[in-house]
Amino acid sequence: MRIDLNYAWRALTKSWPLFLYGIRMTLAFAIVGTVAGLLIGLVIGAIHALTIDPLDKPLTRVLKKIGHVFTGLYVWVFRGTPMMVQAVFLYYLLKPVVHWSSFTAGMFIISINTGAYMAEIIRSGIQSIDIGQTEAAKSIGMTNTQLMIHIIFPQAIKNTFPSLGNQLIVNIKDSCMLNAIAVTELYFQATSIAGSSMRYIEIYMITACIYLVLTTVATFILNNIERRLSGKKTVALKEMSA
Amino acid sequence: MDIIIQIEHLKKHFGKLEVLNDIDFTIERGKVVTIIGSSGSGKSTLLRCINLLEIPDSGRILYEGKDIMSGHLNVNKYRSKVAMVFQNFNLFNNKNVIDNCMIGQIKVLKRSKEEAKAEALKQLRAVGMEDFAYARSTTLSGGQKQRVAIARALCMNPDVLLFDEPTSALDPEMVGDVLDVMKELAREGMTMAVVTHEMQFAAEVSDFVVFMDKGVIAEQGTPDEIFNHPTQERTKQFLSRYSNR
Repeated sequence: MRIDLNYAWRALTKSWPLFLYGIRMTLAFAIVGTVAGLLIGLVIGAIHALTIDPLDKPLTRVLKKIGHVFTGLYVWVFRGTPMMVQAVFLYYLLKPVVHWSSFTAGMFIISINTGAYMAEIIRSGIQSIDIGQTEAAKSIGMTNTQLMIHIIFPQAIKNTFPSLGNQLIVNIKDSCMLNAIAVTELYFQATSIAGSSMRYIEIYMITACIYLVLTTVATFILNNIERRLSGKKTVALKEMSA
Repeated sequence: MDIIIQIEHLKKHFGKLEVLNDIDFTIERGKVVTIIGSSGSGKSTLLRCINLLEIPDSGRILYEGKDIMSGHLNVNKYRSKVAMVFQNFNLFNNKNVIDNCMIGQIKVLKRSKEEAKAEALKQLRAVGMEDFAYARSTTLSGGQKQRVAIARALCMNPDVLLFDEPTSALDPEMVGDVLDVMKELAREGMTMAVVTHEMQFAAEVSDFVVFMDKGVIAEQGTPDEIFNHPTQERTKQFLSRYSNR
């Protein structure tokens, strides 16, 4: 076993447009999947974290219980099965109905898959916030929706930001599973290049390095945002603008 | 006698524990009523029932003569009229001082940003926290947080202010600042219901004192009657523990 670094360099200089296309697709899937997954997670996580209030009307109670069952099922199924299986299954299942491309299907699947993980993170984030915050908001007459949006969500997102951001790293890597429905992301491109040249070791070494660069840059950006969220910088900015 | 809140036959239990057992209680406009009693006597639960943070099992709570649990009254609107100050301050951690005071005005009272800001600054000035308007709430000391919490409640222009042991979580040297603010409010004629362990404060500021024991109102009267001439044995026992300290 030996790695031909010269060949690797030549492959990179020759095939870089293909790699670049794959990188762009991988990043698109990772970013869209993470952002859409976060939005799904906020809604599902919030429904999951709803508590039955003694003041609720009977109909509200029933709706909340249905919501709990639905969100529980959703998280159970999408966290409990591999994304690759979900991708192939849903792609072919819904293709006759919605006539979607593998690109659209891939975006949809990575989003709802991420949504299940995000929902769990958001739910635990919501539940970790002191009950006093909720009571204070209620005591001045805020509705449940208002207190969620203005008091609970901002704190839950800030507290769970490291876990939420981690989903971006996961998605950069796990989007490769979408190659199963022929989405032309980085791994799919690597397989094509390697297949035509029969130089698996070199091509996948390059691919691994590219993934590593992408996740490292993403980590760096996330760490920066995290510092901004928790640091005193926000105070200084607000004071200046005041 | 102008009664804002009238409570009739209020009952509340947690599991098997009877926390409130047939409580009758009134809050008069412009008056300060303090509720004293040992821990577990039900005084905080009574206060929390008034703001519906606890839902009574039975009994009625009348606000200006209307039953707040009948379903005809908007609970959120009612709550904004009966603002609460908590033992643990419960300032919104994601907001700075002035935003804490503005959010309720904007979202609940539908005031404009400018109106809300002016009111917030006015109330922060009243509690001596104007200089901290743009500080993050998490950077304040306990006494400062509690004064902001009082300003936040005042910004709703409530009919009644409820205080749930407002000085119990404070360092001793901070207690005075908060009590001074409350005394000033009382002087201005704010209607207040205060659960407290500060007997000196209760004696000085209250128009009416309620002593609770084991879920019932054991004795009630003017500060002079309760503190100087208690008739019930358990009131005497309770007060002697404080005077001996």
